[in-house]
Amino acid sequence: MSRPEHTAPPEIFYNEDEASKYTNNSRIISIQNEMSYRALELLALPEDEVAFVLDIGCGSGLSGEVLEEEGHFWVGMDISDSMLEVAKEREVDGDLFLQDIGQGMGFRAGTFDGAISISVLQWLCNADKTVNNPRSRLKRFFSTLYSSLARGARAVFQFYPENSEQIEMIISSAMKAGFTGGLVVDFPNSSKAKKYYLCLFAGYKDSAGQSPELPKGLGDGDESQVTYASNRVRERRKGPVNRKPVKDKKWVQHKKELNRSRGKETPADSKYTARKRRTQF
Amino acid sequence: MLQCHAKSCPQGQSYPLAIRNAELEQLDAEFNADFVTRLMPKLDWAVLRKTAFELGVAELPAEIPTEPTQADLQLIHKVALETRIKEADMVCNGCGHVYPIKDGVPNMLLQDHEI
Repeated sequence: MSRPEHTAPPEIFYNEDEASKYTNNSRIISIQNEMSYRALELLALPEDEVAFVLDIGCGSGLSGEVLEEEGHFWVGMDISDSMLEVAKEREVDGDLFLQDIGQGMGFRAGTFDGAISISVLQWLCNADKTVNNPRSRLKRFFSTLYSSLARGARAVFQFYPENSEQIEMIISSAMKAGFTGGLVVDFPNSSKAKKYYLCLFAGYKDSAGQSPELPKGLGDGDESQVTYASNRVRERRKGPVNRKPVKDKKWVQHKKELNRSRGKETPADSKYTARKRRTQF
Repeated sequence: MLQCHAKSCPQGQSYPLAIRNAELEQLDAEFNADFVTRLMPKLDWAVLRKTAFELGVAELPAEIPTEPTQADLQLIHKVALETRIKEADMVCNGCGHVYPIKDGVPNMLLQDHEI
């Protein structure tokens, strides 16, 4: 699978061509929608309350529309001008910002009740300019995000990690910024439907010390997995079990007889001749 | 709700961003009393009042209303949610960085040396 992060930096990759895909391609739209709904579910905003949500990497506003449908107000930021152009054409309700998330964000403390981000974080792991250091960009991003979220707010990031080091780097920088939480993996047994959601909690609303429970990933139940109840059973060697040895007593005696008839020095026969040794010799 | 996020910017002066050469636009947004009530403690009332007055949007009461009436909420709704700055420059008091707003979208990108 080709990774768009490797081809070009996001502000160049998401050009007009790529942006138009997000309005015309129904497959992209449906996937984005699905992931947005799942992210919103993981966000676990209090019901019957209208929340103020930050959409990081909003692009053309597909995930924002999901937020609108649920009746929330949102603010979106993206680095790609073309994608924001599409968002404007679609007349989304949220306010838009042209911003590089790796440079941090300047919202006032405690502004947002939650943050979602769909397929963005992996872009931060790439150093596309000499001044860009993924670690420091992640650090700046998470620390400014932490301060702009209200206490007890959650942030949910759907992303496509390239390898386990990337996951580790992202999570460790989030933890350093003060977040708690962890990774939720949906459909871990499927290579296609598998989705990584980083679920972060910014402080606790009610009581300190009691971290909210991490939501469970979808589709990792027992029905799709093989469960091993007992210890592993070693596989037996295949083939005939009681095979007769080729060099049995008869064969040894025949050889000795031959040697004697040729005048060679041969040990005398006894009850030990050609007898099997103990297994532990 | 926005402050200058350049690293070199001195703390304390980075907020609020001054707005210059503004061109305003009125939008229609659905009024939601609950949301506006929850939004109120998050607002910096003095700054919002000053900005709204300078831009000529509305004159808000000097003190944040403790028990807001429907009319107060409507007013805040109009200022905070229905007013959009179409074209303007936001200038940081601390470092003088100008963030241009174009067609309602502020450009918050920084130069390499400002990161």
